[in-house]
Amino acid sequence: MALLITLGATAAFLVVLIFAVKARTEFFKNLDRRWIFLLMLVAVAVPVYVIGKTKETFPEKALPKAQAVFDVIEELSEGDKVLLAFDFDPGSEGELGPMATTFVYHCATKKLKMYFIALWPIGRQMIDDNIAKIIEPDFPQMVYGEDYMNLGFKAGNEGVINVIVTDIKQLYTTDAYGTDIAAIPMMEGIDSIQKMDLIINVSAGYPGTKEWVQYAVTPFPHDIRMVAGCTGVQAPLLYPYMPQQLPGLLAAIKGASEYESLVINKYGGDDISGKYLEAQRRMGPQLVAHVLMVLLIIAGNVIFFTERKREARS
Amino acid sequence: MRPYQITTLMAALVFHVSPSSAQAQTPAPPTNLEVTDHPWDDGKQINLSWELSPDDAELLRYDIYKAVAQTGPIPQKPPTFEQVDSVPAGTTSFTVDGVPFQVEMMVRDLEPHRTLFTDPPLPQNQKKRLKLKVGYVFQVVAIARDGSRSTALASTAPFTPTMQWFEGSRFYFSFMTLIICGAVVFWIYRAKMGRPIKVRKIAGLEAVDEAVGRATEMGRSILFIPGIQDINEIQTIAGLTILARVAKTAAAYGAKVEVPTSKSLVMTTARETVQAAFLEAGRPDAYNKDLIYYVTDEQFGYVAYLQGMMVREKPATCFYMGAFFAESLILAETGNSIGAIQIAGTAMPAQLPFFVAACDYTLIGEEFFAASAYLSGEPEQLGSLKGQDVGKVVVAILLLVGVLMATLGVIFENQALLEAVAYLKETILT
Amino acid sequence: MKRNVPLLLAIIAGFVMIVAFFIPYTVSWGEDVSIWFDILASIAFILGGGNLLKVHLKKVSDQAKGWGYSIITIISFLAMLIIGLGKLGVNPNPQFPGHGHWAGQYNEIGSPFYWLFESVFKPLQATIFAMLAFYVASAAFRAFRAKNMEAILLLATAFFILLGRTAAGVFLTDFIPEESGYSGLRLENITVFIMDVFNTAGHRAIMIGVALGTASVSLKILLGVDRSYLGSGEG
Repeated sequence: MALLITLGATAAFLVVLIFAVKARTEFFKNLDRRWIFLLMLVAVAVPVYVIGKTKETFPEKALPKAQAVFDVIEELSEGDKVLLAFDFDPGSEGELGPMATTFVYHCATKKLKMYFIALWPIGRQMIDDNIAKIIEPDFPQMVYGEDYMNLGFKAGNEGVINVIVTDIKQLYTTDAYGTDIAAIPMMEGIDSIQKMDLIINVSAGYPGTKEWVQYAVTPFPHDIRMVAGCTGVQAPLLYPYMPQQLPGLLAAIKGASEYESLVINKYGGDDISGKYLEAQRRMGPQLVAHVLMVLLIIAGNVIFFTERKREARS
Repeated sequence: MRPYQITTLMAALVFHVSPSSAQAQTPAPPTNLEVTDHPWDDGKQINLSWELSPDDAELLRYDIYKAVAQTGPIPQKPPTFEQVDSVPAGTTSFTVDGVPFQVEMMVRDLEPHRTLFTDPPLPQNQKKRLKLKVGYVFQVVAIARDGSRSTALASTAPFTPTMQWFEGSRFYFSFMTLIICGAVVFWIYRAKMGRPIKVRKIAGLEAVDEAVGRATEMGRSILFIPGIQDINEIQTIAGLTILARVAKTAAAYGAKVEVPTSKSLVMTTARETVQAAFLEAGRPDAYNKDLIYYVTDEQFGYVAYLQGMMVREKPATCFYMGAFFAESLILAETGNSIGAIQIAGTAMPAQLPFFVAACDYTLIGEEFFAASAYLSGEPEQLGSLKGQDVGKVVVAILLLVGVLMATLGVIFENQALLEAVAYLKETILT
Repeated sequence: MKRNVPLLLAIIAGFVMIVAFFIPYTVSWGEDVSIWFDILASIAFILGGGNLLKVHLKKVSDQAKGWGYSIITIISFLAMLIIGLGKLGVNPNPQFPGHGHWAGQYNEIGSPFYWLFESVFKPLQATIFAMLAFYVASAAFRAFRAKNMEAILLLATAFFILLGRTAAGVFLTDFIPEESGYSGLRLENITVFIMDVFNTAGHRAIMIGVALGTASVSLKILLGVDRSYLGSGEG
């Protein structure tokens, strides 16, 4: 039924468009791209406003890759150690922020010990933001140094992974705030990241998931497990690593919303704060924007064929 | 929960329900422990071999222990043994390499009653690799199904691992490197000898001169962007080789080439490139180093500058040659909006669709790397392209053989074929 | 001489990296070469900063086109540099008494650096990245034309992926039961199939070409056949 309605609506759109193009050929032929920008602005702004007002989101069905991420984290038990590597920046926050939030929320709810790390200079700030946004207000019982800690940023890209995979203290003598790691209780007995029960990487590019897979998981396939979340354009580059080196992967906001729905359905409750529904909320504008893109492509083709027919005639 | 933890839990349950195990008879230990150096390695592995315990049929596993041998004239306290790993009964050898994957592998692969576990679970700090110039002693203990342990079979003298001059696990890799590099060198040599080399036309590279010419005619500048990675990235270098040609043509035509960079080392290298190109074109006086400058390392800061500059100065031609990320479409669409001729080249697969959609010409992956040879037309450089083709043939053959073996192996359930595929994947191609 | 010394250095460094991969005795040489590059790249930050100031000061003094933007650039650069290096407004670290604010974190929450980062840098970055949405739309409008069979296939794939990556994917083909043998025809599953099979295969093919191209270019540089990046020889 839904498909029929959609096909009908598309056919109606086509007819209207063909008449419009015939009537105002010049306008459509040299369509100013700013009209397209305006349409995109509306397509994004309206759902943002509506979802912000109504707090309603579209239902999300978890596909296998997101389900695998959820399952891998679910397998861990209280007190297990998780390394959260946040390799992204404010530019990609829109795409990756919600999944980072859900990862932290999921780990905190399951009382896992969280070790934050960043290979991007600004990743450190992303960690601080998540600590301030999630752990401090919603999990006040968690103690810094006992339940979570921030190793911060180290320059050197994959070189850092290469070292800490066997010897963490060679590079990290203090945490991100200058405290000697020997004085941090949860660092006791941690001499390499092989001690972690899971690595969770949120990555916007280089260095990121690919480097973690190549330099941490590949040399120690039986000691290091990892799941990741990445931007949409990166995802196809990471599929070859699945499922051996990378059991689960969240691709862009779509993957994040699938994972978020799994986590929130299990742990969220009814009065969950809006900050934990961000991924699902962002799927609203994404849906409308994608539909607009489809319509634009159809429109582009209608203009193209009308023009070609006219040229053939003349 | 990690597999060994699960098995530990199971072990606890098993021991709990069978209290008689404590009184069970002790199995006989294995015999003749031999310690040898692991051949062709970096000196961090040692091979152990032993003869099976007479009670092997009743055993569950053998536990392997290592200790740093105490050396020096004065006898010191006895060495502290720590468990390295466990292997199933029936096994007569083991390589100590500090990575105890066997335990988990067997937990996963063997049938439940053969499940191996260590009790308590292996402390992870024993995963440290062996060290060079340190003597080690080893013990092997037989463990019966009921949990009882044999006496330890110990190695007689401390053994120090030695480093070989070649990393044996990379033998196949070095072999392939030699084939591919050898082919490249061979064809360069053949081309030098004067054998003609035919290269197909690459539209994007044919258009370089035309694009520079158009900028000259219009009296506008040429914008060249060498990607956002540093000079250690091969794509940046490939981009600079194209810059050399663009700059030379521009110098000959008297056009202005502007090169904003996002890395300062790229800036200094690009200056050298452009200066030499102007010199070669016989226009050293026209070279202006201020047109090649650093903007910022920050990705989107760099993009913002380029967008602003493109909209203000409206260059007639834009080249995007190097490693690009999310900025590819922003730049290419801005260039498109100002009506510039755009030629892009990158080896970043994720960005190629954006360039293809928004640019006039796009050099895809290997075309981008072939650009320098193509543009120069020098036989030696063109020879390298032919050598590259040999590499492609090798890859194609390996792909076909692998796919064929895997498919037939699955269809006919042929274990030998499947093992060959595994060997190809795990040993030859890693 | 000016060309030969850098070329020689490039050749030595390149061969050291190759040798270090195969010969255990030389692993530390490879690490050393990597560290040298890190040192060079760090020093280059100073070079970059100096060049930035020079270029923009010149633009201002020449009153070149857009020189107003250069003033903003210079002010922003110096402000961030002074606030960050000077640790302005940072609280002392109780762990290291006697060092004043110098022992504090330059980006502690509430500090001016933090404020600049949160209120200026973050929104600016996000804005530029978000522009992609607009450019993707205009590029798609222009580029996806059903000119021939390949273009039609590309177009159809685009429709599947665009719809399959949203709730529309589930909604449109909801009539196909999840458990049925036809569940592979559900839009969201078609999307996964296209991404996993066709897309991955294409990517791998490109990557193989890229890897061979990389090997060939590297070899040409190591053998000194291609010197155009150093500015000598044809390019």
